[in-house]
Amino acid sequence: MIELKHIHKFYNAGSVNEMCLFEDFSLSIADGEFVSIVGSNGSGKTSLLNIICGSIDVDGGQILVGGEDITRKKDYLRHRNIGRVYQDPAKGTCANMTILENMALADNKGKPYNLGMSVRKNRIDYYKELLQPLNLGLEDKLHTKVGALSGGQRQAVALLMATMTPIEMLILDEHTAALDPKTAEIIMELTGRIVKEKHLTTMMVTHNLRYAVEYGDRLLMMHQGNAVMDKMGAEKQALTVEDIMGVFNEISVECGN
Amino acid sequence: MTLLLSVFEQGLIYAIMALGMYITYKILDFPDMTVDGSFPLGAALSAVLISNGVNPYLTLLLSFGAGLIAGAITGFIHVKLKVRDILASIIMMTALYSVNLRIAGRANLPIYNFDNIYSNSATNKIFTGALAPFENVIVIAIIVIIVKLVLDWYLKTKSGYLLKAVGDNETIVTSMGIDKGKVKILGLSIANGMVALSGSMFAQQQRFFDASMGVGTAVIGLASVIIGTALFGQISVFTFSISVILGSILYKGCVAAAIRLGLQSTDLKLVTAVLFLLILVISMRIEKHQGKKRIAS
Repeated sequence: MIELKHIHKFYNAGSVNEMCLFEDFSLSIADGEFVSIVGSNGSGKTSLLNIICGSIDVDGGQILVGGEDITRKKDYLRHRNIGRVYQDPAKGTCANMTILENMALADNKGKPYNLGMSVRKNRIDYYKELLQPLNLGLEDKLHTKVGALSGGQRQAVALLMATMTPIEMLILDEHTAALDPKTAEIIMELTGRIVKEKHLTTMMVTHNLRYAVEYGDRLLMMHQGNAVMDKMGAEKQALTVEDIMGVFNEISVECGN
Repeated sequence: MTLLLSVFEQGLIYAIMALGMYITYKILDFPDMTVDGSFPLGAALSAVLISNGVNPYLTLLLSFGAGLIAGAITGFIHVKLKVRDILASIIMMTALYSVNLRIAGRANLPIYNFDNIYSNSATNKIFTGALAPFENVIVIAIIVIIVKLVLDWYLKTKSGYLLKAVGDNETIVTSMGIDKGKVKILGLSIANGMVALSGSMFAQQQRFFDASMGVGTAVIGLASVIIGTALFGQISVFTFSISVILGSILYKGCVAAAIRLGLQSTDLKLVTAVLFLLILVISMRIEKHQGKKRIAS
């Protein structure tokens, strides 16, 4: 259970450019829930993820995970239970290291990074097994530097790396936005499969309304730091892209766009 | 012959320093000027310890330890106090100048009459006759090989992978649940430990400590790293460590040749700087050229 209680967040506090993003924002997400989050630019989607991951501090309120108050917990400590994939494929992998080296690095998450050998020969088959279902041919490119791969291939590796060790939460920040439609489809299918297999509590920010409808069992629409739409269960299942577009347009009209 | 030998001796000694700078400059992407202070730190500490009768080989370890601490402080200033990387290292470099003088007690401390790692009762027995002139270079080569092997091994460990990752992409280190600041401090620490070890070896080869012997260390180290990776790094059989070691020897050779061609030994730092500039400009040209070739093919 992830609970955000009365979150306040300002940008440029105290200056003339002060902007209030969240004012008394609360949200709770059940274990194993897959939440799709949509909304226009600047609506607070990514900030919401950053607040949960500890990448940005809040100015007020509490963040609880499984009842534990993590509001002041350091970001790297929070990431021990979180797998995270970013919009930029470069952020989830190390460009100057090979696929094998990257996977070995991620394979050790949660364990001490000591003086043991990082790449263990008996794990290589396991890495190949993970890469094979992608059908990108990456299992034969283990010794290729990740920087030489395409954005889609890199993102696939990043997604595997984020989810290969036991985690509780998966945070996806527009992770298909930088990819071409076909690759985006592959990555999205892989995401759905991993979430289902591992029963991960998942938050996915996306601009692709179809993905938001097809995937996940809850849908949030953010607008000016509020959840203007929050559908779950049967209501979510019945949602169509047109429904979401409708609400989207309503909001935009209010704003005078 | 003596000139060639001295090029090899100094080139190899400086290679250990350059390998340390490879960690900060190439792996961590951290412009570390601390080395101008940690190189003489190792020299000062060794000179004092040796003149007080401490085993010369032990001074190598102690110098390494002192360098570890110096690097860790630079890392602390940068990571915890949030001072910009180059400024943090310049602050530490400046502070170390006085620390070194305190350790040595004066600006120049000769150790001509004491045993050192190259020349002592044990080595004098092993290296006799025709081997005698090569005493220094053999001892230096053995230490360089050990350092190279340990560094190559370390960079393959889990801890070593974190070091490579933090320079490549800080975000991924956080994603792995690790404090990236601590990894940077560790890297700076190891690097400066190696630099101080190199300083200790240099003081024992020169048989004195001088407060100004650290001036230009960063430039020499960077020149060696850049010349090594640009010239030899492209050849796949050469690992980075061999490339850097070769780069260091080549650079020392160039400097020695320039001095030989009529410049005075007081011009040394000028030669060091100008050569570095040349190498920097040429290596940028080479990279650009290779980029073009890659596009063409």
